[in-house]
Amino acid sequence: MSSQSPSAGALPAVSPARVLAGLCLLVPIVVVLWVPSYAKAEPSLGGMPFFYWYQLMWVPVSAVFTTSAYLLLRRDEAARRAASAGSAPVPAQPDGGEQS
Amino acid sequence: MKHVDWTAMTVFLLFFVVVTVMGFMAARWRKADDAQHLHEWGLGGRNFGTWVTWFLLGGDLYTAYTFIAVPAAVYATGAAGFFAVPYTIIAYPLVFLILPRLWSVSRVHGYVTPADFVRGRYGSRGLSVAVALTGILATMPYVALQLVGIQAVLSVLGLGGSGNWFLQDLPLFVAFGVLAAYTYSSGLRAPALIAFVKDTLVYVVILVAVIYIPMRLGGYGHIFDAAAHKFAPPADGSKPTGSLIIATASQWQYATLAFGSALALFMYPHSVTGVLAAKSRNTVRRNMAILPTYSLMLGLLALLGFMAIAAGVSRGDKKFNAQLAVPQLFADMFPSWFTGVAFAAIGVGALVPAAIMSIAAANLFTRNVYKEFLKPEATPADETRVAKIASLLVKVGALAFVLVMDKQAAINMQLLGGVWILQTAVALVAGLFTRWFHRWALLAGWAVGMAYGTWKAYGISSAATKHFGGSAAEIPVLGQVGYIGLTGFALNLVVAVVLTLVLRALKAPEGTDETSKADYSAEAGDEAVEQAPQPTLAH
Repeated sequence: MSSQSPSAGALPAVSPARVLAGLCLLVPIVVVLWVPSYAKAEPSLGGMPFFYWYQLMWVPVSAVFTTSAYLLLRRDEAARRAASAGSAPVPAQPDGGEQS
Repeated sequence: MKHVDWTAMTVFLLFFVVVTVMGFMAARWRKADDAQHLHEWGLGGRNFGTWVTWFLLGGDLYTAYTFIAVPAAVYATGAAGFFAVPYTIIAYPLVFLILPRLWSVSRVHGYVTPADFVRGRYGSRGLSVAVALTGILATMPYVALQLVGIQAVLSVLGLGGSGNWFLQDLPLFVAFGVLAAYTYSSGLRAPALIAFVKDTLVYVVILVAVIYIPMRLGGYGHIFDAAAHKFAPPADGSKPTGSLIIATASQWQYATLAFGSALALFMYPHSVTGVLAAKSRNTVRRNMAILPTYSLMLGLLALLGFMAIAAGVSRGDKKFNAQLAVPQLFADMFPSWFTGVAFAAIGVGALVPAAIMSIAAANLFTRNVYKEFLKPEATPADETRVAKIASLLVKVGALAFVLVMDKQAAINMQLLGGVWILQTAVALVAGLFTRWFHRWALLAGWAVGMAYGTWKAYGISSAATKHFGGSAAEIPVLGQVGYIGLTGFALNLVVAVVLTLVLRALKAPEGTDETSKADYSAEAGDEAVEQAPQPTLAH
């Protein structure tokens, strides 16, 4: 999957997983900073104005987004490790092993 | 003196005794072989897994003062006080990209504090000590505010108030004496262990509160009606004290305060300490995904401010101290024994962050002032000894702050501390991604941000205080009212960019960077991490 990248075996710095993870992190930030979109009382929920329940709702939703970013990056990192291990027989640190 | 609620008092004391015993026993929890190393006392051996880190960071970031101040702000001003919710929503995605890199590079090079990293990255003692001193300065009033949190609880319990000064403050002396003693002996392990009790208590109390209190008050609809009534424009044409929905003119302030505070949150030394104590990079990431559980609690807690309005805790007193709104609400609504549990949650909730903050400040002093400038040949054992003593001094300082200066001074200083700590963000965050910035430019940017923030804050008065009465002022160019910390941060960044361009053109010496690109993505188990130097050998 990384055959087209210049250094054999290494994944490009900008991979689809990283971009997607970045978007996952960006969405909740943009949503809550856009205050005019939720500075209103209606529709209320169980007596609670929109302003309050909407922001409270975004707490768990943001956690879902962050979790998705975590899972995406974990897979991406595993792929990178596998790629660099597969392409180079020596471990990541060239001088590792001999010192200390 | 007011009537003392003995049932509540007994329950409160019982929990206090339990956590004290736990604090001392923590020294033996996950005991290490080289207990003399600062990373043992000051970072709990850098070995906390996902759940311990979750409890520790939760206990650390959501302080007793938060429990008092957030609902107090909602009680007094309505919607504006709710900014704590977007603030904590933004914080985790924002630092998700930043903190794992800080963890990795700190692990590879054995850094204990953020200033250690700045020192290693830029080879600049000046920038490093600026970051360290800002951290210490911002943390001290924060520790003091934890005392204010305990005081609020004790005052509603019937202690304090009138009477002679010694008896009035005696419970505070005892609480902090005990806290100081077990922090001294157990280091970061003490708050980590006590955090389990604290957070369990907090979850139970808040869940009960947001279900039980609305039932007694006639539901959320009635609660918000009461709040709407309070914030309705008064008949005499004077300005209302707040609003139920954020007004158009205040939206910039709401958003900039949330964003600036979120960025500042993880610049605080105590947050960094909690993060660096995690055992792996992915432990840190997982925590960014699960810490919002606490934010949900905080959001529900904020609603208690409206419940306090509906319950009429002020009893018509126009000068009622909003800080007492939640303790008074608990005392009015709950049976005595559960009031004791709720107050224990706040009291223990003060001890955990106070311990971590004093440890973090002590680490900064030891590593970046004492070892850097006073005694470069200090051994690891020396460092640990100095840090332990420094942690005591921080707490004594905080206690003196609360007792000698008034409570308002602590609140003002803490607001200012948030503005200040944000000014370390440019050097720290930029440094984790690029070495483009010049160290002198970053130092100049920091100085400009600090000066701007302090000057602006000095000029803000409020009903309670002549200076440092708030943290919002007009943003130059934009013309909107916004958080001065964030405006200072923007100025800081502009100065750093411009001066970097100038200094690079002049070929000013850049300083040595002891880190390499791979250090920033190192994970536990990697060779670089396994062979990481002990903290004191880092430089």
